[in-house]
Amino acid sequence: MKITVDYDRCEGIGMCESLAPHHFQLEDNGDLTVLQAEVAPEDVSDVEEAVASCPTGALRLQ
Amino acid sequence: MTAPGSAPDRGAPPDPATGRLVVVGASLAGLRAVESARKAGFAGSITLVGAEEHLPYDRPPLSKAHLGAGPGSEPAAPYLREEAHLREELGVDLLLGRPATALDTAARVVHVGGREVAYDAVVLATGSTARRLPGTDHLDGVHPLRTLDDARAVRRALEARARTVVVGAGFIGSEVASAARGRGLDVTVVEAQPTPLARAVGAELGAHVAAIHERHGTRLLTGVGVASVEGDGAGRVERVVLDDGTVRPADLVVVGIGVVPATGWLEGSGLRLDDGVVCDETLWAGAPGVWAAGDVVRWPNATMGETQRLENWTGAADQGAAAARNALDPAAAAAYATVPFFWSDWYDVRIQMIGSPVADEVLVVDGDPTAAGRWVALYRRGDRLIGALAVDAPAEIMKYRTQVMRGGSWDDALAHAAARRERAAGRAAGPAS
Repeated sequence: MKITVDYDRCEGIGMCESLAPHHFQLEDNGDLTVLQAEVAPEDVSDVEEAVASCPTGALRLQ
Repeated sequence: MTAPGSAPDRGAPPDPATGRLVVVGASLAGLRAVESARKAGFAGSITLVGAEEHLPYDRPPLSKAHLGAGPGSEPAAPYLREEAHLREELGVDLLLGRPATALDTAARVVHVGGREVAYDAVVLATGSTARRLPGTDHLDGVHPLRTLDDARAVRRALEARARTVVVGAGFIGSEVASAARGRGLDVTVVEAQPTPLARAVGAELGAHVAAIHERHGTRLLTGVGVASVEGDGAGRVERVVLDDGTVRPADLVVVGIGVVPATGWLEGSGLRLDDGVVCDETLWAGAPGVWAAGDVVRWPNATMGETQRLENWTGAADQGAAAARNALDPAAAAAYATVPFFWSDWYDVRIQMIGSPVADEVLVVDGDPTAAGRWVALYRRGDRLIGALAVDAPAEIMKYRTQVMRGGSWDDALAHAAARRERAAGRAAGPAS
């Protein structure tokens, strides 16, 4: 499964980083970096939680 | 159901094919309850009851983008889902436009208008309502900012270049003030407490955060209450008179003096109400099949070691999902615990808080809160990190949330902060200042 980010929606709030820090990282300027777009099966539940917790609905896992 | 040991009887699970789940409150927590129930495979009926006519909508934009989007047409309503999606894909029976008026836990029905809606499990997610300023209900131009209709009214007034007085220097009031200043309007914020935001971030840091207003040209008056709000002959607001005799002319008064949990309809239900619906660690409200989520919930949050009631987006979203999961499988109900988080955007400044400000010590670990620019502060309780506040430091805050979630120590947090400072210094071309 793979993470996609809608950068038009992303506001750099950072919930994703707190729930899946190996996949998401906020930069100093608030931009989001996806550290690993591919999600291993053992990480899927953490990343799903990050996707559901995005206040701007900017994340997808498919 | 046979409960092991002394575990409470939280009720029987609704039949997964024919059971009836009722969700009272059609905002974020209610929507997440519905979605979580379907995701868990529940194929019975779901009724979503909402007091407002609107489909579920998102609240953070109401005091942010909705107000500040510049002159021109009104931004689209921030609906969370389309009606067809709710009705057809999620199979939800929408009962919008009338509030629930009573809960009968013996007969297991929710009263809505003249109807009785029967449930096998119910999630109470009626949220909170804005506190009003006494004696202002008859005046045009005085608004809370809680609902979509409130936001539309405030936006119209800002478009008309209202002289703006904001009562209450909390986060909502401050966001309104920011939007008004962003339009070049004259803005005064009046705060009855000597220090704004003391409950949210602690008194010491509250003063530093509040100083952001003055740096952006917003007049902030603290330690002074509102004596009266006066209108013209036609019933439109004209001025705000303060306790110290100061008079501020106003075409728009936005009242941001907090919210109260919307539990009035539950009086007489037998549920325990005490600044919210008192729930156990699983968000169970104490009667068979009755669960709660969002701003109405007061529950023991094991991660923070506090009994809390949250008023933020993340809490509503997570609790909605958790309460529905537990409602459908009460015998396996899981404890819900979290590290609270909120954010607020003032002018071009982002303020983020994680954890709790109830602390033994507060320490600034990065930047200078008395100056413009980024800074970070940490909160210590005993020997553990219990909270963090970041101003314009989006790369820092969530690393501390992860630490608080794990029960991380204060010493580890300080070591992390030192490493981050070193990293920042290493990146800067010159010496860090």
